[in-house]
Amino acid sequence: MMNNQEIKSHETRFVPIPSVSMLPERDIDKGPVLEVMHLGIDFGGLTAVDDFSIAIGKTEISGLIGPNGAGKTTVFNMLTNVYEPTRGTIMLNGKTTAGKTTAQVCKMGIARTFQNIRLFSRMSVLDNVKVGFHSNIDTSLFESIIHGGKYKRVEKETTEISMELLKFFNMEGLANAQAGSLPYGAQRRLEIVRALATEPSIILLDEPAAGMNPSETSELMENIRKIRDEFQIAVLLIEHDMNLVMNVCEGIAVLNYGKIIAKGTPSQIQGNPAVIEAYLGRRKDK
Amino acid sequence: MGLNEIKAKKNDLITYGIVIILFAIVAVMVATGMATRHMQSILVPVCINIILAVSLNLVVGFLGELSLGHAGFMSVGAYAGCLFAIYTADILPAAVRFPLAMIIGGVVAAVFGVLIGIPVLRLSGDYLAIVTLAAGEIIRSVIINLGFTGGAAGLKGTPQDSNFIIGFVVVLITMFVIMNFVNSKHGRAIKAMRDNKIAAESCGVNLNSYKLLAFVMGAFFAGVAGVLYGHNYSILTADVFDYNRSIEILVIVVLGGIGSIRGSIISAIIITILPEALRGFADYRMLIYAIALIVMMLLNSSEKGREILSKLNFRSLGSLLKNRGAKKEVQGNDE
Ligand SMILES: Nc1ncnc2c1ncn2[C@@H]1O[C@H](COP(=O)(O)OP(=O)(O)OP(=O)(O)O)[C@@H](O)[C@H]1O
Ligand SMILES: [Mg+2]
Repeated sequence: MMNNQEIKSHETRFVPIPSVSMLPERDIDKGPVLEVMHLGIDFGGLTAVDDFSIAIGKTEISGLIGPNGAGKTTVFNMLTNVYEPTRGTIMLNGKTTAGKTTAQVCKMGIARTFQNIRLFSRMSVLDNVKVGFHSNIDTSLFESIIHGGKYKRVEKETTEISMELLKFFNMEGLANAQAGSLPYGAQRRLEIVRALATEPSIILLDEPAAGMNPSETSELMENIRKIRDEFQIAVLLIEHDMNLVMNVCEGIAVLNYGKIIAKGTPSQIQGNPAVIEAYLGRRKDK
Repeated sequence: MGLNEIKAKKNDLITYGIVIILFAIVAVMVATGMATRHMQSILVPVCINIILAVSLNLVVGFLGELSLGHAGFMSVGAYAGCLFAIYTADILPAAVRFPLAMIIGGVVAAVFGVLIGIPVLRLSGDYLAIVTLAAGEIIRSVIINLGFTGGAAGLKGTPQDSNFIIGFVVVLITMFVIMNFVNSKHGRAIKAMRDNKIAAESCGVNLNSYKLLAFVMGAFFAGVAGVLYGHNYSILTADVFDYNRSIEILVIVVLGGIGSIRGSIISAIIITILPEALRGFADYRMLIYAIALIVMMLLNSSEKGREILSKLNFRSLGSLLKNRGAKKEVQGNDE
């Protein structure tokens, strides 16, 4: 999509670290888009995440799971520099995100959705998507005020691609609705559309199926695959719905008390005793 | 073009239409001698308050930050523009001098907007309100204590170039700039910040620079309004730019409907005329403003209250003139 050349030039330089990736062989095939090494953060005395290392392939769908409070959302917040990590490095397409603002990280190619939906609720659905295209619209302040020929052309183009993106998720009929007035499932979908509008190389989804009914969830699973196939980008998702995780994710990392306790394919994770004890087992008891 | 853009454009055209029709009515009244001298004397103040309210609405309604320093920027602009006009009174013809004075007043106010904005905009909410209030008061006391501003005695000798037609033209320019801006990429970024800061940042919006941009644009037009003001009276004193003035502008914005440009315009007209029309009103003005503000805040802070407001269509007073579609606009505002 974007930065294609960067990705290519990086591919040749990359030295794979099999122990870090969830899917060693396939990662080498695809080349990592995101490489995280020994990431950690302390909140005062509390170490929320420690020694978190993963690598995610260019078009890989990966999952980050773990019990409540394990530190999953905190990882997303560090990846987008909402929180500054205390330790470790994050490399996106071979470039470090250290010292960058959240807005700059977005421009580098990491997009995300939020566990607690964060839409621009008083703006229209279409405008929400257009804000996603913010960094890719080059309109000067002067043009924004004068509304001359170039402004109109750029604005028209932005509307068209935004509508296309909405259409891709069957939301074109809602374009003029106010974002805050959408039903819950559509709000979650809109967050994904808005994130895709930033033209990322990886999209982070924080509990995208939360609060969805089974039919919405299966549609979401379709959409996640569609995102990878059509946009050729990587997906990293946090999810408590094990059915979704085991079905769409190619690689999974399990977090418990801020530490990775297992990494691997869905079948490896399902058979891992530590995971069953920490997470799957406990959920079964409930 | 999307339906929303067509709607936004139509909405803007209606606002222009209302302003132009009102202007035409007043112009006819003045020409036919129907307007009394007293009525004519408040025409420029009406224009000034419209400019102030529309520009403050950019900060309060679209950026979503409470600024109580608008009168401060107005005074900086007024003094800069008036001093320029006094020094060039013999050199430049009025047709050149006055527009130049307005640009200078606006730019100087904008520079103050940057100087104050950079440290202050790290804050938000109540803190921002308090610090902008203090900044406005500091500006006022500095002006009173400086020599070249005429100090407490006031600045005399500004050519009285302000008139209703110029005021009307500046109102139109202000509307054009701010209404276009709000519907652009830049305006979207600012509205996005208002709705959700973290999400806006995650979409690549640089929060600090857009916040500063909205703040500085607001300051620019406050400065221009100040120059209009200074050119309307024979003497300019800093006292008129105290925090009461800032609060008056805020009252206009809140009563007109936060985020509604048309509402701000209509509210500015009413609030400027009211003290002139009702004898008792002027004495109790601040008291009535305070009560109006408290009532609006209370109504806005509860679900029921917002319902009542949307029923009354009070939130955007302007929508009284256009009921269709207005309800929807108001309902969706709730989080
Ligand atoms: N800003 C913060 N300050 C202090 N502690 C924090 C902060 N953010 C997160 N934490 C703590 O870090 C830990 C991990 O929280 P996090 O939100 O990442 O969990 P999670 O894995 O996303 O859980 P859930 O599944 O419930 O969403 C929790 O103990 C939380 O209280
Ligand atoms: Mg979480």
